[in-house]
Amino acid sequence: MAFESEDHAKAYWKENLGLMLKLLVVWFIVSYGFGIILVDVLNEITFFGFKLGFWFAQQGSIITFIVLIFIYVRGMAKLDNKYAVHED
Amino acid sequence: MDIQTLTFIIVGLTFALYIGIAIWSRAGSTNDFYVASGGVHPVANGMATAADWMSAASFISMAGIVAFAGYDGSVYLMGWTGGYVLLAMCLAPYLRKFGKFTVPDFIGDRYYSQTARTIAVLCAILICFTYIAGQMRGVGVVFSRFLEVDIATGVIIGAIIVFFYTVLGGMKGITYTQVAQYVVLMFAYVVPAVFISLLMTDHFLPQTGFGGTIAGGVPGEGQYLLERLDGLSQELGFAAYTEGVRSKIDVFFITAALMVGTAGLPHVIVRFFTVPKVRDARRSAFWALTFISIVYLTAPAIASFAKVNIFNTVNGPDLQGVEYENAPSWVKNWEKTGLITWEDKNEDGKMFYSGDERNEMTIDRDIMVLANPEIADLPAWVVALVAAGGVAAALSTSAGLLLVISTSVSHDLLKRNLMPNITDKKELLYARVAAATAIIISVYFGIYPPGFVAQVVAFAFGLAAASFFPAIILGIFHKRMNRQGAVAGMVVGILFTFCYIVFFKFVSPELNTPEYWLFGISPEGIGTLGMIINFVVATIVHKATGDAPEDIQELVESIRYPKGSGEAQSH
Repeated sequence: MAFESEDHAKAYWKENLGLMLKLLVVWFIVSYGFGIILVDVLNEITFFGFKLGFWFAQQGSIITFIVLIFIYVRGMAKLDNKYAVHED
Repeated sequence: MDIQTLTFIIVGLTFALYIGIAIWSRAGSTNDFYVASGGVHPVANGMATAADWMSAASFISMAGIVAFAGYDGSVYLMGWTGGYVLLAMCLAPYLRKFGKFTVPDFIGDRYYSQTARTIAVLCAILICFTYIAGQMRGVGVVFSRFLEVDIATGVIIGAIIVFFYTVLGGMKGITYTQVAQYVVLMFAYVVPAVFISLLMTDHFLPQTGFGGTIAGGVPGEGQYLLERLDGLSQELGFAAYTEGVRSKIDVFFITAALMVGTAGLPHVIVRFFTVPKVRDARRSAFWALTFISIVYLTAPAIASFAKVNIFNTVNGPDLQGVEYENAPSWVKNWEKTGLITWEDKNEDGKMFYSGDERNEMTIDRDIMVLANPEIADLPAWVVALVAAGGVAAALSTSAGLLLVISTSVSHDLLKRNLMPNITDKKELLYARVAAATAIIISVYFGIYPPGFVAQVVAFAFGLAAASFFPAIILGIFHKRMNRQGAVAGMVVGILFTFCYIVFFKFVSPELNTPEYWLFGISPEGIGTLGMIINFVVATIVHKATGDAPEDIQELVESIRYPKGSGEAQSH
């Protein structure tokens, strides 16, 4: 057991899942929500010469994906340190 | 210097570079051959993954698809990038901690079952074969067009190069070669886009350029580019560029199938075994998506510019059609290949391109990226650079796929199934023999493509989505999931997807219209439904057959945190 206690192991996994689910919710809303389901509504808004829904489908969602992974990498590194389960 | 000579020089130089790297980093052990001894830096691994990922299909034809499909083309842009979010958060770190070479290794050990392993091996081989056949064709097309050899010669030249560095170098050779290939293909993609963006909208960045206003001296000066594109499209009988024609549910399902398929593709997953640590696996996913996005964010810009340019040069600024006599040179050059044709229906001697009965042109969407620099009248070295980029894209993906095929055969099938006592040296030999065999078969399909190579790409994604993805996710996040559930899920998921695609694509293609599709989902998107079915079947069967054994549950617990990850081991 790499953890100090059973409780730590559970808490680590719970925090891990929490972070993952939060980020996946954003992932879903931006790509499937803004880029597909709500695209017609958002297309009424103009954003630097783009229709907003169209922009999300062809640019915004991809940029968001990169940011999400970045936040995940940072967040997990912190979490690993907090529970002392990082690699040397 | 003319384009021909320049192309020879630039493509030749990049080749020398790739082969040099392959020789310099020859694999010495099975570990080196499969996973580069886990010694690849995350940034390098990210670039290699990006090169591996971006095939001839995405380099050559993606922007073309977007240009012709407009908003509907977004499914490829979102689908082929969004999968990396799933990879980074749900798969890569855990599979890296697990520390085996291949996806079938994980499935076989996690589900303590030879049957599960064998099913996974067969899926992996099927997915990779469907993919590589198209790649070899891509290599052939690029070579034959720019080096002026026939397509068969083009395919064979490409195959020899791929064989050289896959078989000699193994994963280590491939990884560093792919880093070089990424750099070549990225420049080849972005440089012409920047030129065209400056020309058409005065924006340096193509990503903001296609939302900008049209520059002076270009037809439609001062108007927003996309607004003009929508207007022209509708006037010429096409759908508005920024709005699609596919139903929402179909767009949704196709995007999901491509995303989940991306996360389930064995040749992508294996990339995350090649880094030293779990933390590096997460970082690699970040770098991979960053590098991929440089190309994917540029593609929709290239698409819009190219579409406007085609309207301007074929139909003329006043949309009356341009005299064929005065057609720009790119039209005549590409006519020779048969990928652009003009038929003077109303016999006025003018070309006219539209989406209705007035149309006189057929323009193959695959020429967009290759012809774009010519359409925009860019210098010859840019045209040559694009050729080198296309070759890099096709070669890097083929090499990655070949490696998975050879690994699947030598390691998963022979060592873990048929000949457990085989020595390391023998195993490596079989891996090389398998790669050679795979290449011969793919050369055959490259020269004599089974009319459906393009359709088969969607096939590969759907199969990966419906088979591997649920089995791996359940294997990590549902520790009590058992052998019976996983096997039943994979079998039902893949059979359902396989049959649906085969039915609409090959058995009854005349029924392949939205009114006959299940819930309005096209064969391209059906993998998503296959995935849902897989999850449901696995859960039900698990409920009926009891939990996985204690030691397996402990194994799953241990892959959920990074500490104690060693190098990838064969067993």
